[in-house]
Amino acid sequence: MDQSLFTSILFATVVAGTPLIITALGELVTEKSGVLNLGPEGMMSVGAVAAFAVTHHTGNPWLGILAGMVAGMLMSLLFAFMALTLMANQVASGLALSIFGVGLSAFIGKSYESVALPSIVPMRIPLLADIPYIGPALFQQQALVYFSWILIGLVAWFLYKSKVGLILRAVGESPVSAHEIGHPVILIRYLATLFGGAMAGVGGAFLSVFYTPMWVEGMVAGRGWISLALVVFATWRPMRVMIGAYLFGGAMITQMFVQGSGLKLSIPAQFLSSLPYVATIVVLVLISRNLKTIRLNSPASLGQPFLPDA
Amino acid sequence: MQTPSTETPRLAVKGIRKAYPAVVANDAVSLSVMPGEIHAVLGENGAGKSTLMKLIYGVTHPDAGEIRWEGKLVTIKNPAQAREMGIGMVFQHFSLFETLTVVQNVALALPGKFDLVALAKRIEEVSERYGLPVDPRRLVHALSVGERQRVEIVRCLLSDPRLLILDEPTSVLTPQAVRKLFETLRKLAAEGRSILYISHKLDEIQELCHTATVLRGGKVIGTCKPAEETPATMARMMIGEDLPVCQHGDDSTHGEVRLKLEGLSRVAEDPFGTDLKDINLEVRSGEIVGIAGVSGNGQQELLLAISGEEPGASKRGVQICGVPAGRMHSGRRRGLGMCFVPEDRLGRGAVPRLTLTENTLLTAHRHGMLNHGLIRFKTARRFAEACITRFDVKCGGSESEAKSLSGGNLQKFIVGREIMQNPKVLVLAQPTWGVDVGAASFIRRTLVELRNQGTAILVISEELEELFEIADRIVVIAKGKLSPIKATSQTGVEEIGIWMSGLWPGAEARKKDSHVA
Repeated sequence: MDQSLFTSILFATVVAGTPLIITALGELVTEKSGVLNLGPEGMMSVGAVAAFAVTHHTGNPWLGILAGMVAGMLMSLLFAFMALTLMANQVASGLALSIFGVGLSAFIGKSYESVALPSIVPMRIPLLADIPYIGPALFQQQALVYFSWILIGLVAWFLYKSKVGLILRAVGESPVSAHEIGHPVILIRYLATLFGGAMAGVGGAFLSVFYTPMWVEGMVAGRGWISLALVVFATWRPMRVMIGAYLFGGAMITQMFVQGSGLKLSIPAQFLSSLPYVATIVVLVLISRNLKTIRLNSPASLGQPFLPDA
Repeated sequence: MQTPSTETPRLAVKGIRKAYPAVVANDAVSLSVMPGEIHAVLGENGAGKSTLMKLIYGVTHPDAGEIRWEGKLVTIKNPAQAREMGIGMVFQHFSLFETLTVVQNVALALPGKFDLVALAKRIEEVSERYGLPVDPRRLVHALSVGERQRVEIVRCLLSDPRLLILDEPTSVLTPQAVRKLFETLRKLAAEGRSILYISHKLDEIQELCHTATVLRGGKVIGTCKPAEETPATMARMMIGEDLPVCQHGDDSTHGEVRLKLEGLSRVAEDPFGTDLKDINLEVRSGEIVGIAGVSGNGQQELLLAISGEEPGASKRGVQICGVPAGRMHSGRRRGLGMCFVPEDRLGRGAVPRLTLTENTLLTAHRHGMLNHGLIRFKTARRFAEACITRFDVKCGGSESEAKSLSGGNLQKFIVGREIMQNPKVLVLAQPTWGVDVGAASFIRRTLVELRNQGTAILVISEELEELFEIADRIVVIAKGKLSPIKATSQTGVEEIGIWMSGLWPGAEARKKDSHVA
């Protein structure tokens, strides 16, 4: 394989995986607290359109990212209010949030459909970017790509090394016990849900501001659902979320290269397009089929409402 | 026994009232606990003991009344505040997190710096000082119930409480473990800590406690000094009447083998479950066989294998009335004349949202309630009504939903439903768990009657006293294996207690990671 092809596939893989990592890590924290929010697709959509609009009007992509984050948080706040305060069914509320978010983003985005944003110059990390083959692919990226790497470490550290993370996992495992020993279950679940919303918003913003700097209705294109699936198949572990996201991104990019290469293949294009989904799920299922690790890492109270004893 | 001091009470509760939509759980309840005193709160299930403790620990809030802590009037908003004041609580069902380690579990309940290494050291110190061995680095799910309880107690002690509340602490322990726990509690009381000890076991209260407050129907019936009472007089205070004695009858009429387990082995589906290893057992017509053991030693898995909820691989593993039934599902096993009462009554024993009549149909439909696949509701209703009358089930009639019944009454209904089908083989798990003393004694008498009529009965229970009361032969399950079987008259609580740790003659040496206390 010649250098430029390898480097560009790797580069594109990292870019494609980034919004998935950010969104999935947010959802992971939410689910670890026992809340099942099926709304990432909607939160990403609203985050994407908010970020696009603010970037377009201010000319500042960072304000745009911030707006995406806030929009995602507001969406998750709506969900949290329904599911945690009003004790509505989490699955139904989450699905409703996704449908609502996709629709709302299309409505807001109508007037931005023909607008394009200037593309943003990537952030080059000196020295590291000079490594042959992988340097230009990994270290000449958008700042949010580096952010996603830091986020993996932060989330892992938070969950497994910090006390608040321990409390969050305890709430997800047994809210009744956590309440009995004096932890504010509902507050912790609220915060975890808001973090999930914020990250989904940033994930969406990455799509509309950096990945394809324009707004198209339905541009999130199922990435929210993929993030959701990644969390489950990665058995709620941050490192595996990254593996899954890059696997999906890599398979996606590779099949696009194959389809675009003009190779005369007797494989239907639809089959190639479905490969990334199949490959990601198969690999993640294979690496995490140990029942014991699933039991140890999955939040036992996932999706169950907690009603404190009055 | 050390006499408690007579200064200001550590805790004084006066005129406490707490009403729930359906029931007044506490009504004008008062009690006081001195420093260094072990104070029993005695009462049947549903007498309001747990509610009172939850009020003291701040889990719920009283509607009326006052709580004084060391002389000062206080309002306890939540458990965190209670702990800060110096109240520690060991819950009956354990508020531990299975997927976390011991030290993480402890850290969750302690304020201040998050340093697991230093905390592990403190856990080791405290556990040594009070004779409560625990390994801080182990995951809780791998611990036995006895070990889990020690973790709970150590966790409480680390916050240096002046009042320790224990809710039915011995219900899951072997007799030997109970003795050790009592030693620890006496040591704690000698240090001036107060202990509230909730129980319905009279002999334990007599052995351990300085004073006892007796609750019945949410009200205080009286206060007494257990040392000056007999179990019979305290039982009268608790129940309001004398307890009928269960007539055992002689065990001469052993008939044919009705239920036979032959080389039954299986790997548990739940990764935290217990594997069954080569189980052999015979239950004959006209006898009651009891299986004793500390919970989590394979009882659940054994029950699923016998009932047919999880059919096995070997046909001969379970034989009912001579028919190899190992691969049959539960419906066909019932067809062979076997009935069973699962441990989990809401969800397994009965469907919460269905009426009692409909719940009757679930297992008794073989008894003339179907007409070419259509339901004869009249027959079903008559059956349900007969069951309600005969077993004195307190409910709103045969059309009330199963979940509207209290635990004890639902249990009476489920046991009654199975007994009225005149089973050839009856398998019961925890037949009197959570049932009040009067009803429990009634269920036991009915079982003995049924045995005298020739039914083969297998009872899996964690209550040793119960097994010794009704069983003809007794066997112990530990780590998924069965001990040798013994006639109840030829063994005692002491021997069975040792066996419950997996130490019966011929058992392989105990591994360090065993499941028993």
